[in-house]
Amino acid sequence: MSKMHIKMTVNGKAAEAHAEPRTLLIHLLREEFNLTGPHIGCDTGHCGACTIDMNGMSVKACTIFAAQANGAEVTTIEGIAAPDGTLHALQEAFREHHGLQCGFCTPGMITRAHRLLQENPSPSEDEIRHGISGNLCRCTGYQNIVKAISAAASELAAAKEAAQ
Amino acid sequence: MIPGAFDYHRPSSIDEAVKLLADLGEEARVLAGGHSLIPMMKLRMALPENLIDLQDIAELKGISEDGGTITIGAMTRQSEIIASALLAEKCPILRETALQIADPQVRNLGTMGGNVANGDPGNDMPAVMQALDAVYVIAGPGGSREVAARAFYEAAYFTALADGEVLTAIRFAGPPAGHGYAYEKQKRKIGDYATAAAAVILTMSGERCESASIALTNVGDTPLLAQAAGEALVGTDLGDDALKAAADAAKAITQPASDGRGPAEFRTSVAGVMVRNAIVRAAARAA
Repeated sequence: MSKMHIKMTVNGKAAEAHAEPRTLLIHLLREEFNLTGPHIGCDTGHCGACTIDMNGMSVKACTIFAAQANGAEVTTIEGIAAPDGTLHALQEAFREHHGLQCGFCTPGMITRAHRLLQENPSPSEDEIRHGISGNLCRCTGYQNIVKAISAAASELAAAKEAAQ
Repeated sequence: MIPGAFDYHRPSSIDEAVKLLADLGEEARVLAGGHSLIPMMKLRMALPENLIDLQDIAELKGISEDGGTITIGAMTRQSEIIASALLAEKCPILRETALQIADPQVRNLGTMGGNVANGDPGNDMPAVMQALDAVYVIAGPGGSREVAARAFYEAAYFTALADGEVLTAIRFAGPPAGHGYAYEKQKRKIGDYATAAAAVILTMSGERCESASIALTNVGDTPLLAQAAGEALVGTDLGDDALKAAADAAKAITQPASDGRGPAEFRTSVAGVMVRNAIVRAAARAA
């Protein structure tokens, strides 16, 4: 059960570690790479607090071995804002619309919403609710989360139009 | 929760995977999407000493059609089933079912092969495969063989898959153009297994039902082909009597557990409602 050499691209930068194959990706990210944005909530694949982006898909990092992500391209909540710290439209919208309550689910919510808006840039309320159905908010504050995602979608669409 | 220790392997061909399974023996398991196996490993209810990750095996991926026969590679993700234009046109019940499995993140990794081969009675695709009369293509040390979905499931987590074998693909004749279909699933919340669910595929000739295939999810140790329920519809106009006969025939073969999803009597009753609703919706979609 020797350690493996695991390499991946995390938030645009090469990252590597020696880890046992049984190491879960969420532990590698948090404990080896010090990316504590993705949270461990239920630890059973239900709550989505550990949601990250892997190879262009939203996935739950608590139910993936780091070894499976060897060679993958990973984005965590830490990689969503611009390098100079300017918040992404989704992050701004969560602040503006009070989409954070206790904040525990927020990294997963925003990382999932970030991918959702790439899959579907102008989702309906129903599509947003189904799109984040793998992310639980135990403050049950979905109303403002949905509002924030919807506002960010409009914001991003307006910015895109202005750029053209 | 930390799983037990294991060695990790990532073969790039089916032959290599089968050879690894043979060489590593009983304590080796294949890893597809991992969304059933990894939770069991975290609970230490599964303690494989070797994991053989199938993600790099290109021949296990993809959806194709040849002469009316549809083939789905075992490592095809649920999200790929949902996005497939071919399946949306030729066999839309798969998209409808996949959308009712877990949540978007889980569907991005969860595979068709894992869903049908794991033998979990809560999984949704096995009943659909029984309704479609699909066959499973299995690779093993002695070469390749096929087993019908209707003969594959023996008990909860016990299937016709022998030690050393890997399910490589699912194959079925595409249902006829104009068929009606529905997968009706009652669940307590998104991400839950069914309290009861029913898959229906039928064809109509005018007002008359010509053929009907019905199977049930999570109301027994295995998926259940409700043959008598399907037969109760053939030749009828799907009137109230026929719907009741089909629902009663389906309920008669259920043996659900009493659990958090409700007492057995309730789940049997829900199975009847799912069958009736699925027939009505399938009929409305049939041309």
